[in-house]
Amino acid sequence: MIRRSAIAVIVVAFLGLLGFVFLSRRPAIAPIERPNPASFTAESIAKGEVLSAVGHCVSCHTRPGGQPFAGGYGVNTPFGIIYGSNITPDPKTGIGLWSLEAFARAMHEGVSQDGSHLFAAFPYNAYTELSDDDVTALYAYLMTRPPVSATVPRNTIPFPLNISSLQEGWKILFFRSGRYRTDPAKSAEWNRGAYLAEALSDCGGCHTPRNALGAEKVRETYAGAVIDNWIAPALTEANPSPVAWTQEELFSYLRTGVGRMHGAAGATMTPVIREGLALSVVPDSDVRAIAIYFSDIDHAGARESDVGAATRGAVETSSLGSGQEYDPDANLYAAACLSCHYNTGTVPLAARPELALSSALTLPEPTNFIQVVLQGVSNTDGALGLVMPAYASSFTDAEVARLAAYLRRTRTTRPPWTDLENKVSAVRRELPASH
Amino acid sequence: MTTFNLNGRSVSVHSPDDAPLLWVIRDELGLIGTKFGCGIGLCGACTVHVEGRATRSCITAVGAVAGANVTTIEGLDPEGRHPLQTTWIELQVPQCGYCQSGQIMQAATLLKDYPNPTDQDINAVMAGSLCRCMTYLRIRKAIKLAASRMREGVNHG
Repeated sequence: MIRRSAIAVIVVAFLGLLGFVFLSRRPAIAPIERPNPASFTAESIAKGEVLSAVGHCVSCHTRPGGQPFAGGYGVNTPFGIIYGSNITPDPKTGIGLWSLEAFARAMHEGVSQDGSHLFAAFPYNAYTELSDDDVTALYAYLMTRPPVSATVPRNTIPFPLNISSLQEGWKILFFRSGRYRTDPAKSAEWNRGAYLAEALSDCGGCHTPRNALGAEKVRETYAGAVIDNWIAPALTEANPSPVAWTQEELFSYLRTGVGRMHGAAGATMTPVIREGLALSVVPDSDVRAIAIYFSDIDHAGARESDVGAATRGAVETSSLGSGQEYDPDANLYAAACLSCHYNTGTVPLAARPELALSSALTLPEPTNFIQVVLQGVSNTDGALGLVMPAYASSFTDAEVARLAAYLRRTRTTRPPWTDLENKVSAVRRELPASH
Repeated sequence: MTTFNLNGRSVSVHSPDDAPLLWVIRDELGLIGTKFGCGIGLCGACTVHVEGRATRSCITAVGAVAGANVTTIEGLDPEGRHPLQTTWIELQVPQCGYCQSGQIMQAATLLKDYPNPTDQDINAVMAGSLCRCMTYLRIRKAIKLAASRMREGVNHG
């Protein structure tokens, strides 16, 4: 890690030099009077509201418990914490004095109104694909929000990585400006889904692995990545779920936070759903379009015929542990988990998440499984109304490890997880203080 | 401060977010039908419903039920005559009675999911609810009797 960081620092320094040599700071765009909210059409504002929800803008631009869009959420990056800015139309602390031109430049080029380069934690690499009309609608929506005077904490990116010109170097290497290009071979719905997923929701921001300089690896798009100590699973056919992510499952999951054949959303996926795709302003057709796009990306069509068999096979394992078994691991499972996760019949009940179908159990690493066992699921996480107790104070690392090994062994056909106890201990160390 | 619905009424509590829901229900809100058993979610005595699902309240933080509907044994039926409660009395299920509110809350979820439960269904869903007096045979009998009455639509015994 230290060596990787050292290399990263050297490379970044070199790129910075290039940046200094070839390009200078962009010009500032003159501030304007704060636009009169009445100058925007209701249509444009309404369209912007939908786009803002699908792009879940509020999640990075609102601190926990804070006023919407007033900034202050800390985005953890390997280089330090970057705080989402205040994007309310407050003239001093927000973007009240930004012209449409300045706003569009930030979205499409990652350059702030004053000419400085924005960090790529603000995913302008995605937003550069947004149409001019959509950027205008987002501008209309944001400029008609209540202005909130709120300053955000300073980023903790250390010198020299915090030099703005370095971002120019980063852009030369990794950033390609340009609007979304329709794929004529695909349907209009597919293209709508691809546009929303790539240009607005920035799904790759979490689900695509990044290189040492924090740029998405283009050859591994949607291959899955680690974010905030959780795994954002692969969205390609490499996704190991026993039942393929079909269009129906994706739609249900994205709209409600739960896919009956996969499990519930958690962690950083929560705001994408709760503050975005689950909102009533977002039309079903947009969520459906994203589902169509990803069910094509993961080639679910080819695997759809297996759904019935996979589901029946999974439910058949559901009663394991309910008899008088002399397996201490099964007894641990029966005491803690079985009463809620048991299913019978041919299809699991939505209210009884079937562990043999759970994504957390089939991923290459046990991270998500451990997280859910230790932290439980709060009503404020993932799907509304879905709550699971937290077992952090109930189980030792060794017991969670036994539970993980038992379920992996009896509920999946995947190879055993390794070094489980240490992995449990590592996840536990990073838990929020309340656990 | 956390706000949630308890037995159909909105309550706001001052206990810290990480306080166990069980403590809040018993100590701050004064409903003592729900019992403290093991404190680590492995005996079932503290079972309540969160959004209609049996949940171990001793290891569920009150902050985790913000905005949710919570039901305790006191709220299972407005008159205390849920079919499980009436069959419980009829068959004289409890001995010491300590685990019974948790047993009944867990069984209520079981019957909602599986209105005609097999022995295996009962074994599995009730596996996390322990009874140190060993009244399991009568618990099973009462669940089956309640199930048959509920299926016939005779709700109040």
